[in-house]
Amino acid sequence: MIAAQKPFEVTPKLDESGTPIGELLEISMGPHHPSTHGVFRMDVTLDGETVVKLKPVFGYLHRNHEKIGENISYLATMPYTDRLDYFCSMTNNWAYALTIEKLAGLAVPERAEYIRVIMAELTRLQNHTSLIGFFVQDMGALGTPMMYAFREREKILDLFEEISGARMMCNYMRFGGVRVDTSDAWLAQTKKVVGDYGKFLDEFEVFLNENEILLARTQGVAPLSKEQAINASITGPLLRAAGVNYDLRKVDKYGIYSRFEFKVPLGETGDLYDRYMVRVLEMRESIKILNQALAGIPAGPVMDPKAKLRGFRPKAGEVYGRIESPKGELGFYIISDGGPSPYRYRIRPPSYINLTTLEDMCLGRKVADVIVILGSVDIVLGEVDR
Amino acid sequence: MLGEQIIKGMAVTAKNFFGSYVSKDRLTTVQYPEERLTPKENTRQFPFLVFDGDDAEKGLRCVACQICEKECPPQCIYIVKSKDKKPDYKGQMQVFPVTFDIDISVCMSCSICVEVCPFESIKMNNEFELSTDDRFKGLLLTKKELAKPNSYYQQIHPQDAKDSDAVIAAEIVKAEAKAKAAAEAKAKADAEAKAKAATAAAAAPVGTPPANPPTPPPAAK
Repeated sequence: MIAAQKPFEVTPKLDESGTPIGELLEISMGPHHPSTHGVFRMDVTLDGETVVKLKPVFGYLHRNHEKIGENISYLATMPYTDRLDYFCSMTNNWAYALTIEKLAGLAVPERAEYIRVIMAELTRLQNHTSLIGFFVQDMGALGTPMMYAFREREKILDLFEEISGARMMCNYMRFGGVRVDTSDAWLAQTKKVVGDYGKFLDEFEVFLNENEILLARTQGVAPLSKEQAINASITGPLLRAAGVNYDLRKVDKYGIYSRFEFKVPLGETGDLYDRYMVRVLEMRESIKILNQALAGIPAGPVMDPKAKLRGFRPKAGEVYGRIESPKGELGFYIISDGGPSPYRYRIRPPSYINLTTLEDMCLGRKVADVIVILGSVDIVLGEVDR
Repeated sequence: MLGEQIIKGMAVTAKNFFGSYVSKDRLTTVQYPEERLTPKENTRQFPFLVFDGDDAEKGLRCVACQICEKECPPQCIYIVKSKDKKPDYKGQMQVFPVTFDIDISVCMSCSICVEVCPFESIKMNNEFELSTDDRFKGLLLTKKELAKPNSYYQQIHPQDAKDSDAVIAAEIVKAEAKAKAAAEAKAKADAEAKAKAATAAAAAPVGTPPANPPTPPPAAK
């Protein structure tokens, strides 16, 4: 094992009179840079190779999602939520459906609840797998780990396509249930994929977990303290890597998560290695939940008979619904005036709020670390810019 | 030892590399376009309009109710209603779309139009190789290009088509039963009215007009 690196100095080197030695260099990283995970820009001021100032700039992918949502029907917003975090369309759908169900007082049938849990955990698996692929690629391991990750992700996407008709833009959940029922063949295929996933993770962990280069690049880099994380209202794997036991699946127990037995993996220091490990362990827990859900799924309808597809008008009111998406707390805030479309529609995207500490984490690091730190935050620009 | 774990990782890479020659699980790529996967049953790309029989004009199921136009999230459907009517599959006189355009450069393949359609008339196609060098006309599908026979739908989505055919068969049976009941009711009402008129005429030859016969329900066809 390699000892953790010492943090770098934050301030530029000064001479005796207090002026910096040499010149500061201001560069613009992105927006069209493959390492920025989309169209994200960072204005970085460098002293040599050390970051002294970092300003995140976003909005390149802004497409007026919230305003569009206020002008079209409740149902028509559902496919737009797929485009928020395009890696996890199933959890986006669930968060939105959950919010509207809370507002309209719809009950979800038992079988639909199980299907939702299965979909959400499959989403978590594929999101974390591909994230680790990207994360390792950001460190310079071009290709191989990412291709292994994508190979496995594809199996889950095939399952999604089989049931919802699309690999990524699933548009699967509806208010009061899910769109189509699962077949027995689909459940059997899912059982097989989940059963094989453990084997893949074993292999992946041997491949990466103690790789010396990965340890050197991640251990002790950009630690995020508990206080810092809570103050910046960071959620998801980033918060848990800092050692705060906060998982909405345990806190809110939305859906039927109270019925499943699983642990919440926690980190200690909140450095990059903890964030990596928390995600790997979360995948293990997801497999546990999936096995329980697949074993216990009951027969029955998948839609609330009270739910209306055409001309849906929930009663006037104000509601906030949230779930634990793979990236953190995904919340939808809706004010209804009883009309066919919401009066106010607002999203709390986890990856946008997790970005707020980017400068604190990057100060004093080298340029190459900035890329890895950004990779560890797990952002998707569709969600950040909306 | 420094580098021990890297060597272990390399062993995994080697396992995957050599495994790709023997194991289907480790080599999953398909050499498109020479090799193609069969599309999945539920795959959805862009919508098309279903018609029954051979004539696309006559058999088109769409009755231009404009629900899909209203519910479409990116508003890519454009419908103009007809002034005159034509019989639909149930034999009822219905308006039909004179213009039915879908701009597939705007369409987001969400299949909401399919879900909200009460007449089983708009369905999702699974054709995806639609690239064209004409960015306006090439991507604006008109009624003529959108209309596809029911046999095509049965071919691409066998299970869904079966369900949809069952729904339509049930509708037709219901409509026929209704028409039969209406015809019987009309015949009965006519007979009653006749009898009443006859008795009234016999009882009071002068004055008193016959009581109004109950208005017959509108007969189908």
